[in-house]
Amino acid sequence: MAIETFASPETSFLFGRLTWSAIPLHEPIVVVTFIVVAIGGIALLGALTYFKVWGYLWKEWFTSVDHKKIGIMYMVLGLIMLLRGFADAIMMRLQQAMAFNGSEGYLNAHHYDQIFTAHGVIMIFFVAMPFVTGMMNYIMPLQIGARDVAFPFLNNFSFWMTVGGAVIVMASLFVGEFAQTGWLAYPPLSGIAGSPYVGVDYYIWGLQVAGVGTTLSGINLIVTIVKMRCPGMTMMRMPVFTWTALCANILIVASFPVLTACLVLLTLDRYVGTNFFTADNGGNPMMYVNLIWIWGHPEVYILVLPAFGIFSEVTSTYCGKRLFGYSSMVYATVCITVLSYIVWLHHFFTMGSGASVNSFFGIATMIISIPTGAKLFNWLFTMYRGRIRYELPMMWTIAFMLTFIIGGMTGVMLAVPPADFVLHNSLFLIAHFHNVIIGGVLFGLFAGITFWWPKAFGFRLDPFWGKVSFWCWVSGFWVAFTPLYILGFMGVTRRMRVFDDPSLQIWFLIASLGAVLIAIGIAAMIIQFAVSIWRRDELRDTTGDPWDGRTLEWATSSPPPAYNFAFTPVAHDIDAWWDMKTHGYRRPQEGFKPIHMPQNTSSGIILAGLATVCGMALIWYIWWLAILAFAAMIATAIWHTFNYNRDYNIPAADVTAVEAQRSRMLAGRA
Amino acid sequence: MSADHSQAYANDPHAHAHDPHAAPHGTFQSYVTGFVLAVILTVIPFFLVMARPIESAGYTAAIVLFCALLQILVHMVFFLHMTPKAEDGWLLLSTIFTIVLVVITLAGSLWIVFHLNNNMMPGGIMDDMIREAPPPSN
Amino acid sequence: MSASAMAAGQPAIGRTDFYLVEEPHHEAGGFTHLGFWIYLMSDCLIFAVLFATYGVLGASFAGGPGPRDLFDLGLVALNTTFLLISSITYGFAMLAVYQGDQKKTLMWLAVTGLFGALFLVVELYEFYHLIHEGAGPQRSAFLSAFFALVGTHGLHVTFGILWLIVLVVQINKRGLIPANVRRLTCLSLFWHFLDLVWIGVFTYVYLFGVLR
Repeated sequence: MAIETFASPETSFLFGRLTWSAIPLHEPIVVVTFIVVAIGGIALLGALTYFKVWGYLWKEWFTSVDHKKIGIMYMVLGLIMLLRGFADAIMMRLQQAMAFNGSEGYLNAHHYDQIFTAHGVIMIFFVAMPFVTGMMNYIMPLQIGARDVAFPFLNNFSFWMTVGGAVIVMASLFVGEFAQTGWLAYPPLSGIAGSPYVGVDYYIWGLQVAGVGTTLSGINLIVTIVKMRCPGMTMMRMPVFTWTALCANILIVASFPVLTACLVLLTLDRYVGTNFFTADNGGNPMMYVNLIWIWGHPEVYILVLPAFGIFSEVTSTYCGKRLFGYSSMVYATVCITVLSYIVWLHHFFTMGSGASVNSFFGIATMIISIPTGAKLFNWLFTMYRGRIRYELPMMWTIAFMLTFIIGGMTGVMLAVPPADFVLHNSLFLIAHFHNVIIGGVLFGLFAGITFWWPKAFGFRLDPFWGKVSFWCWVSGFWVAFTPLYILGFMGVTRRMRVFDDPSLQIWFLIASLGAVLIAIGIAAMIIQFAVSIWRRDELRDTTGDPWDGRTLEWATSSPPPAYNFAFTPVAHDIDAWWDMKTHGYRRPQEGFKPIHMPQNTSSGIILAGLATVCGMALIWYIWWLAILAFAAMIATAIWHTFNYNRDYNIPAADVTAVEAQRSRMLAGRA
Repeated sequence: MSADHSQAYANDPHAHAHDPHAAPHGTFQSYVTGFVLAVILTVIPFFLVMARPIESAGYTAAIVLFCALLQILVHMVFFLHMTPKAEDGWLLLSTIFTIVLVVITLAGSLWIVFHLNNNMMPGGIMDDMIREAPPPSN
Repeated sequence: MSASAMAAGQPAIGRTDFYLVEEPHHEAGGFTHLGFWIYLMSDCLIFAVLFATYGVLGASFAGGPGPRDLFDLGLVALNTTFLLISSITYGFAMLAVYQGDQKKTLMWLAVTGLFGALFLVVELYEFYHLIHEGAGPQRSAFLSAFFALVGTHGLHVTFGILWLIVLVVQINKRGLIPANVRRLTCLSLFWHFLDLVWIGVFTYVYLFGVLR
């Protein structure tokens, strides 16, 4: 309905199809959101200006090539986008709980369709991905005893491209509209005939800009792991988190190009009038579904493998034991990496490829559960006869094991093609993938955040508010998603806005209650961060090793100095730091040398800014601006290559001073 | 281009020296050998298709495909200098992994869509891709 | 999968040595070669998708012209020749690099760029001709897939030439310093990689297309 009013064919040279009517003033919810965001934003910008921190932020953070700072910035991005994505979730829950007995709920179809699309896109691309990438960025180089990643400038650029994508998606809230196609934008609905306005273009360019960043960051982290491990750290001595990071990044590099190419073809269909995925002139919409899932399935493992890595580190640390079956863990990870590439069809069994194709992909899918199951047993056997400390990360891990088992088993159910024909696109599927992504990925990230927070900031997180958050999240998850399993069995399909059958309402009400519990969980987590910062002196970690850790990141101070390690460490065993502690390691006190480090650069943020402008211009058909921004991007990239001096030395005196400071800190505690 | 993270060299004494650890590189002889082989492997398929000395399209296609695969190998060895030892084997490993994924992507897509067309688009639309008779129900 | 245990060339490390006293010497930019290779592998998958799309849609003519009506194999042979020659001339440029002969390097790079440009000219002529005949990318799914695959390859060659020009300027300015040599090596990988993709294109698209 609203589409007709938007779809004005006329475009002007200067502003393309951007007109005042693009601002959704007729949607009171959006207007209120805009006012809140605007006030909040102005307050934030005002505060930053008032406290004169712009220069500090620019010099120390935005242009930084330090993997630790970039990692933290990724986490901040993920947290901000989590709030946006969760706002979408709770709006959907409210709509579905209301829209019974003739009620239309409070969201019109145009708005509701944007919300479920935005929720999926944001949660996967701009919450889970930044969290996972940020975690790998921060922890992995420390775990392998490196000073930074292989291509520090590229790292900064990748981060800002991810931000650029997020900015484009967020802009769609207030200017124009977002896609109403579901998070994978299947054609022909996402074609120009089905979606003539800017929604799908926002989707495409948001993902393309972020996708470039993700791919480059994947290349960067692979090379880091392959080339920059400290002496003695063979592949089979790498911490499991580093292993899972390696495999996740291999999957990134192997699958994101597929997404890029697939979206380019959709773009050509929309912008140039080609016929890849159209329903006429020989096009084949199912080819899009096929291609996007070649990316889509590995993506699931890109997210969950690093989470598995986190659980492995947490389990062995809090059980005070070496991880049970280290090498089987590694092989299981590698198996999953390869297998994840041959199961994509299970996302569209119902498309009609027939029995032979469906059985192949069904069986391949079930096979993946074997290495995954092996991992679970490894964690259980690590706990067996361990001295388990029930700190928060360990609690998240146990919650994960109990939750993820159900998610995994419902996944195997969906892998059976005949069962899938019944459950496809039902709320059962929704419950299943939230079960693995919240129960697997998100719980893992929360465990990781609590576990490594002291490493990043030098003080622990407040356990009380952490536990409040934990119990709300875990119980909230089950209250919110168990009803969806039940509804799915009853045949309720996903993405419904109104319902005819009043007997279903009770389940949606229960699910909303779960969403409220999760909301309290998120609030408690933010309170936890605030309280911990407030009480940071009480929670201070002076040792650099608050949990009696096992891997190299705990060998340096909290937070680590810019150069990570004054001397490059040497690994003699799995759990290198544990080995050092048990073999009489003594921290070097003198003889420090100058350390060679990369210099900060503003090229990354400038390039990504230009890419974002280019994307926005393409969305609105402002061709001159798109060409200009693209040309400027190429020029900036070339200009950047003319700078041959990108490094500097940290003088030995500075290293000595930093290390002496740490010695005083260690002594003060003893 | 952006992948090129370079460092300061102005004062590097080895500025013009040979780095023994550098990526393997070819000699004049290897480049010329590769070129001659590539030319032969290009001329054969073009000749086979343009002059059609072999009647059967199937045999011609098989030889053309074989030449292409061989030429890809020639380029990898003589122009890209792939060796099992380069970069501790990581180059070869990543290449093999990529080839496997390329094959999966190509073969998988063709297989899936072929069956899909077979099942879902019977009668007329994709005649040349249909081997079996359309299901009677349609 | 296991890598060499201790870095070669280090002094012996004892069981209780837990750190290196001397900063290990990293080859300057020693990561670029592998990093760039992995980038090429990711690019390879973009081409895989385009090939798969062409494979799936290559027979969907929508009542329009097919490969046999459109492709001029003589032109393709000419283009293949240009690209193949540019590959060997790039090889000669690299040999000149190893000899430290800057002038010869620049000369061979210029020749390479020239043949790359000739390739593009022929390709653009072919595209122009097709579009002029009413066989543009909008005509059918087959033509969409054809233009996407061949055009993406052409776009890569275009960026290769742009990069080559930038490198010529940088070598003129700074000489054959290691940073520039490394960039030349990366571009050589890129250039030979494009030639390799072209083998797939002329075999799968042109030759098979005419055979079918």
